Formats: sequence, C-alpha cells, structure tokens
Amino acid sequence: MKSKMSKTKYDVAIIGGGHNGLTTACYLAKAGLKVAVIERHSYVGGAAVSRELHPGWTYSNCSYVCSLLRPEIFRDLELSKYGLQIIPYEGSATMLDDGRFYAHYSDHDLNYRSIAKFSKKDAEAYERFSKDVMRQCKIIKPLLKMTPPDPTSFRPKDIMGLLDFAKFFAAKDELGGLGEKEIYDTIRFWTMSVRDYLEEYFESEVVKAHMAGSAIIGTALGPYSPGSAYVLLHHYMGEVDGTVGAWGYSRGGMGSITRAMAASLKASGGDIIAGSPVTKILIKNNRSHGVVLENGDEIFADKLVSNLDVKRTFLKVVEKENIPDDFYNAVKNFKIRGSSGKLNIALDDLPIWKSIPEGDPAGTGDLHITQSIEEMESAYDDWKDGRWSKLPYVDMCIPSINDPTMAPQGKHYMSVFVQYVPYNLADGGWTEEKRLEFGKHVMNRIGAYSENFNDIIKHAEIRTPKELEEEVGLTEGNIFQGELTMDQLMFNRPIPGYAQYKTPIKNLYMCGSSTHPGGGVMGAPGANAAREILIDLKKQINTHYI
Amino acid sequence: MDNTLSFTKPLLETPFHKRTFEACYNNDWYRWAGYKIAREYSNTELEYTSMRNTAGVLDITPMHKYDIKGKDAIKFVDKLVTRDVTQIKPNQVMYIIWCNEDGNVIDDGTVFCFNTNHLRIFCAERNLNWFCDTAIGFDAEVNDVSDSIAALAFQGPLSCKILHLLNVKNIEHLKPFFFDSFDLNGSNVTISRTGFSGDLGYEIWCNPQDALNVWDSLFKFNRDYKVLPAGMNALEMVRIEAGFIQPNADFMSAEQALRPNRMRTPFELGMGWLVDLNKNYFTGKKSLINLKNKSLTKKLVGLDIQGDKPAIGSVLYDKNKKEIGIVTAGMWSPSLKSNIAFGYVDKDHMKIGSKVFAEIYHPEELEYKKIWAECLVVKKQFFNPPRRHKVPADI
Repeated sequence: MKSKMSKTKYDVAIIGGGHNGLTTACYLAKAGLKVAVIERHSYVGGAAVSRELHPGWTYSNCSYVCSLLRPEIFRDLELSKYGLQIIPYEGSATMLDDGRFYAHYSDHDLNYRSIAKFSKKDAEAYERFSKDVMRQCKIIKPLLKMTPPDPTSFRPKDIMGLLDFAKFFAAKDELGGLGEKEIYDTIRFWTMSVRDYLEEYFESEVVKAHMAGSAIIGTALGPYSPGSAYVLLHHYMGEVDGTVGAWGYSRGGMGSITRAMAASLKASGGDIIAGSPVTKILIKNNRSHGVVLENGDEIFADKLVSNLDVKRTFLKVVEKENIPDDFYNAVKNFKIRGSSGKLNIALDDLPIWKSIPEGDPAGTGDLHITQSIEEMESAYDDWKDGRWSKLPYVDMCIPSINDPTMAPQGKHYMSVFVQYVPYNLADGGWTEEKRLEFGKHVMNRIGAYSENFNDIIKHAEIRTPKELEEEVGLTEGNIFQGELTMDQLMFNRPIPGYAQYKTPIKNLYMCGSSTHPGGGVMGAPGANAAREILIDLKKQINTHYI
Repeated sequence: MDNTLSFTKPLLETPFHKRTFEACYNNDWYRWAGYKIAREYSNTELEYTSMRNTAGVLDITPMHKYDIKGKDAIKFVDKLVTRDVTQIKPNQVMYIIWCNEDGNVIDDGTVFCFNTNHLRIFCAERNLNWFCDTAIGFDAEVNDVSDSIAALAFQGPLSCKILHLLNVKNIEHLKPFFFDSFDLNGSNVTISRTGFSGDLGYEIWCNPQDALNVWDSLFKFNRDYKVLPAGMNALEMVRIEAGFIQPNADFMSAEQALRPNRMRTPFELGMGWLVDLNKNYFTGKKSLINLKNKSLTKKLVGLDIQGDKPAIGSVLYDKNKKEIGIVTAGMWSPSLKSNIAFGYVDKDHMKIGSKVFAEIYHPEELEYKKIWAECLVVKKQFFNPPRRHKVPADI
C-alpha cells in the first residue's frame, strides 16, 4: 500500500477504505474503471479491522461478528478466493444475577426446552415471534438492494421506483401478497418500541431482556423508545448460509473481510492509497474534481465517493462555501450520537462462568449481561444524564473458542461491546483517567459473573465513543454512521432529497452506512452506490448483486 | 473386526464404532460397503465447518484396500490404469482411474507405493474381481486387505498442527501425495497427505486394535481446538467444493451400468489429464485413442448458478429451452457463498464461460417454486486454498 505519486488521474476515487468504500471500488473496478481508494491509516478496514495490539492476539477492534454482509457481494467479489471464511456459531446466552442463565441454541428442540425453563408459553410464542420477524425480514430484504425512490419527485426513475415498490408489496409470488393487516403490522414494527413489541409475545422478563438486546446495540435509544423495534429487525435481517438472523465469526477477525475486499480490488486493477487523510475536496463551479491529502499529494478523479459519514464529509472535509445552506443545516441536524463502548481483552485462559458450564454451546456465541428491560432502560437513563451506565448492557463473545487464529493455544480473546457510554460526559470531558475508570467499571461488571475473569486479564483495549471517533472517523463514535430511526431511513437517509447516493455537489457521491440501508458490515450501501455511479456513467456490469 | 455373518445385523461395525456410536447423537447411519458410517453426528453445518476451520475426523474404514505384491506389481498397475505409474517412487501416492476395454471408467482411487514390489490401491467400489483378472500373466498377487486396516480421514486447516502437537515427527514436511510411517500416541500408523476435502488434510491408516487410541488422540486438544467427528453429509459438501466426482453419483461405473449409454469415458468426465496415450498398453488404450480424436458429445462440468437455491436433480437447458443435460450434484457452498453444481452439458456448452439454464424446483411451504436460473460453466474445482499445498504445512 505505497503512496502513489501525485497528479494521477482516476475515473473514480473513493475517500475512506471501510468495507463500503472497498465494495464500491471493487464493483467499479470490475466495470473496467480506473479506481483508487484513499485511506488515512496505513491499513484499510474502517470499522471492520483486525489488529494485533497485544503480541499473539488478534482483536476485532470495532465490529466483531458477521451476519449482514450480503452473500451476493461475497460471491461477486470472490472473497473466498482472497481468504475470507465465515464460521457459524451455535448459541448465545444471557447471564442472570441469581446464578441462572437463559440460553439460545441453533438446535430447534434444545432452544424450545431452554425457553420453556422460564416459560412454556414463551417457548411456543417464540415460534410465532420467529415467524413474524422472519416475515418482516423477507419484506425488507429486497428493499436493501434498492435505491430508495424519492416520493416527492416526478422524475420517471422515481415514479418507476415507487411503482416497483407497490408492485413488490402486492406480488403474490414473492411474498404471497401483503395484506392490509400486514401493512399496518409492518409500519407498527418499524416505529414502535422493542419493549412494546416483545410484550405482544412474551411474559418472562428474562426472555424479553435477552431478545431486546439486539434493539439497543449501537443505538442512542432505550428499549422503551419508539423506533427501537426496527433496530432489532436490522440485527435480524442478515443470514449465515440461508439461516436468517444467524450470526458468525469472520475467521481471522473482522479485518479478514476488508483484507479480502482489498485483495479483490487489487486483482481487478484498483489502487489503494493509504497513509494520508483527505484534507480537502477540490470543487470548482459546484463540481468536484479531486482531493488534497494531508501529505500534500493531489489526486484527481472524474468522480469522488465519500465512505465517511455524512457529517464528517460535509462538516469536516467539504468546505462550507460549497454547500447550500439548507443541506448544511440538515447535515448538522443529522442524528449520529455515540452511545457505545468497546473492550478488547486478551485472556490467559477460558473464563469460568458462575452460570454457564464449560462446553455448553450457548457459551460459544454472544453472551449478555442484563436482568430485564427495565435495567436496560435505566442504563439508557444514565446515558441521557451524561454518564456511562451504572449497570451497562454488555454483549460479549470469545471468538477464539471457535476461531483458532485469534489467540495462542489455550489463550483467548474476548470482545466486549458496552451499551451505554456517552460521547460527552456531563462532569467535564473524557480524560485518560476516566477512560480507564470506565474500562475497570465494565470489567468489574463481567467479573461478578465469573469465577476467574479478573485473574486472567493480560491486556485490554478500552474504547469510548471518543476513541471510535478518533481512530475510525465515525462522528461521535456512532457505529451505524447515523441513528437507524424512521426519520433517517429509506428516502430520508441521510438527508431527504439526497437518499440516492448523490450530494448537492456534482460528481461527489456517498457510499457509507450514512446512506440507505444503513449500518452494520453489510456492504449494501457500497454496492448500491456503485450501481448508481455506473448508471450515471452509462456502464453495464453483470454481477449477482448489480 | 467382527466379520461374523448374522442375518439380524447385515451391516458391519468399524473398529471405531464404539466412538462413532457415542458421538452419533442423531443415530443416522449410512450404508457404505456393508458398514455403518455416520451420515450426520449432530449438525452437518458444524461438521462441515470443522473441516474448513479446525479439523474434522471421518471414519473411512469401508474404503476398499487391495495389496499388490510381486515383482510385477508396478507393471500390473500400469496395465490397469490410464496414467503412467512406472516412475512411482516409494512413499509416493498417485491418483488413478481405470477403464474397461471400451474406455469407460470403472472407478477412481489412489495407489500407494511401499516399494517396487508392494503397492496398495484404495478405492470406493469393490474391484477384486477386475484386478485379479487384469493380474493374470503378471508376477503380482492381489489381496483384499480391506478388513485388516482401519482408516480415518483427518481434514482441515489445523490437521497438521494437531498431529504436530501429538508429536508426530516432521509431519509438516510430508508433501501432498506422499505417505510415511509414524508413531501416533504409541500406535504405529501410516499417514498420507491425501483426502477428499480439497483442504489441508491427512488420511491415517492403522491396525484395527489401535483404532480407538488413534481416534481418541485426534480429540486430545479439543479444549483449545474444536475437532469434530464429521459424517457423510459433511463429506459430500466438501468433496463437491473440492471438485471430486464420485462413481455411481456423478457417473455410473462401467462395471455396474445396466445401460451402455450411461457409461462415461475419462474425457467426458473431464479427466483427460489422467490419460497417457503414449505409455505402454493399458486396458482401454485402443478405444481411448479412437475417442481422443472424436469430438465429445457430452461433458461433466462445474456450474456457477444464479441465486441461492440448490439445483439438485435439475435438468439443464440452452437459451432456446432445448434440453442439453442434467445436474449430478449441487449445493449452496458455505465457503464460497455460491450456488454450485456438477452437471453434464452437450457439445455446444462445454467451454468454460458458456451459459446454460437450470430449471430448479424449490420446495416452499408445500408448494414448488419453479426457478429458471442462468448457470455459468466453470472449472469443477471450486475451492482450492493455498494452505492445502503448502510445504511445510501450517503448524
């Protein structure tokens, strides 16, 4: 990844080497365009990276599990050839204060009996819940690949898009037809709170708490906040080999995904220019034509694509004089609130849990600490008050149990995702001391559920929203590049009128998770943006996705 | 092995049965050459994953094993098979196929060279009759030693590392398609760097009385590295990804086909590279020389199929909806995230890059969804990671 000489002219240059930027670049290179990805770090990956911060251990520093990555993209970019493997896992669990644990298993019958331990009724309700969520996933799946049509536009493309939408919902063959009741259900699901949604199915507080976790991860919403049910759906709509809602590990950490994408890009003739950030986008007569890097290099390209979030793109990189005021204000008001922390821990041994026995498959997937939806809501109250949660919701996993490449033999790597942690603390800003205190607070919480956890910690990387912002470039450390609420989804994402990967500046596009269909290591925003650019260039490409 | 004929127990149990029985939670058994072999232990997806992520253990004892001894051992095998084996060296393994006089394939297998007077052939179907008939006139004795050797396939990226941890000396330097004798946890075993998974992997051959020790050894490091016993369903998945075809699944063995037009030549199977028409006379040579000069009417190819619904049993068509062939094996490949298959196509669609169509009937809640899927003709070897060939292998 050597720095190219300045004054190279590209057809398209992509600012930011995250998974979406690389996806856009790969499709454009496949279409025969001369493409470069510009990355400020010496390594690509954005929030899908693996780094060795403690010798012998590989951390998935930010994102840590994989489900949303569209299989068509995996296939088109031949990621297997470039070393990517997804490892499915068998279960997940929520640990309780009273020494019990709730386990979720991929084995259907085992799962039924596990839920029935808490409520037989809930064990049956789970079937209905799964069916309903699966149905919603089926409804949303084709929308992910669509460029959202603008409902206010009279351009033929938008009118056709809206017609497609309507036709799709009415289609008998795809969905068996979407009735009136289901349209109500769908709109309710997309707007209601996860607590209200789960109340319609389950009676056990434990079962509800386990399910609700997916709705608050990465989100500055509480389980009682309207709109949180959609976030649950967003975490369910992925798959591992046809098992909808299943999650897996990327072998070698999440960085294997972006490393494979980078290799695929190079094989298609694309360039990666790493090591210096873009400081300025060159704009003349409202048209972009290149960028200036911090090291002084200038890179010229007919079209530019920003993988940065919409706020970073238009408040930090594009100079204000080039942006219309209404757009500028809309960007300023875009909700992108940091609410999550992340600990990556090198362990000397396998943690012994007070509740989950060693070898139980439930212990090999994601492990949560929460007692109830009320506890999660009060954790959210702390965030609103500008402090990290007294009883944070913790989503942990130990990828090294399943992935032999993450840690030395007999040692383990643990990823700990923490909800909630504010971007700004009420009692003054973040300091090094407070960061460490936060880390200690989370480790103590985990330690209370384990016999040996506190004794086996060798190294820990502690990341607050500040570090996520500084290292990855995510504004306020928001992992989705913007909240996944209805006012910021579909044709409203990121900004109403600019949901089709374009911006007010000609030849400048967006491809990050700030655009439809949003966050997660999905690749869909990147692939959709590539499709729009190819349409504008009147170029055709025959792949599974596009 | 208990070989007693019992009409209440038509199937034999391998020397690993005590362990495979305990592990086979699903009690789902497959009949392989008269033996009970697990089809699925508890979860095919995880058993498959073990062979691509850690290592999987497969009981392959039912493989047929034929010892060939005598000073004409090499000459005899050279007469039997289409490949030139005269240069085979001690400790070397070669992949071989053999045909009938008409040039139709009977079976495929591997030949191990212990020394110039002692070779051993491993194959899936019974071949004693054919081998003995071919051996007439040679100073070579063919013996079926199938029941006296227990065998495990140990396949996956950690297979070498685990053997290394078990103090199998210099195992990482064993090259693909070579074998040697080793001490494995106190048992004397033969280990070859061979297998059906298309990944790094080994096959371990041992005395039946050592079977349980060998089995247990491979799981010794399971707290650190999750090794799983893998069933035939998982094997089917890895072998399709690896591009390995199977007699009586992808083609009818010439010895078993009732209808002559169901027999296949090596060229039709895409195995022309195994046919050496310049070597000494071998069974089928004359016919194969003739066939070589004729254009093929059908060929088994790899197919990369649109969408994600497996094309199992699908009929293949050209763009004008004329029937041109059939799919013999198909699956969704978890490693490639692709819909892959083997299928026969006609002479106009054999070239890599050709387009054909599969009619897929996908069952969906008591109704069939009929899918017309475009297929790209590709090489049969879908999955071939660098770690498979690396020497020294990863430890």
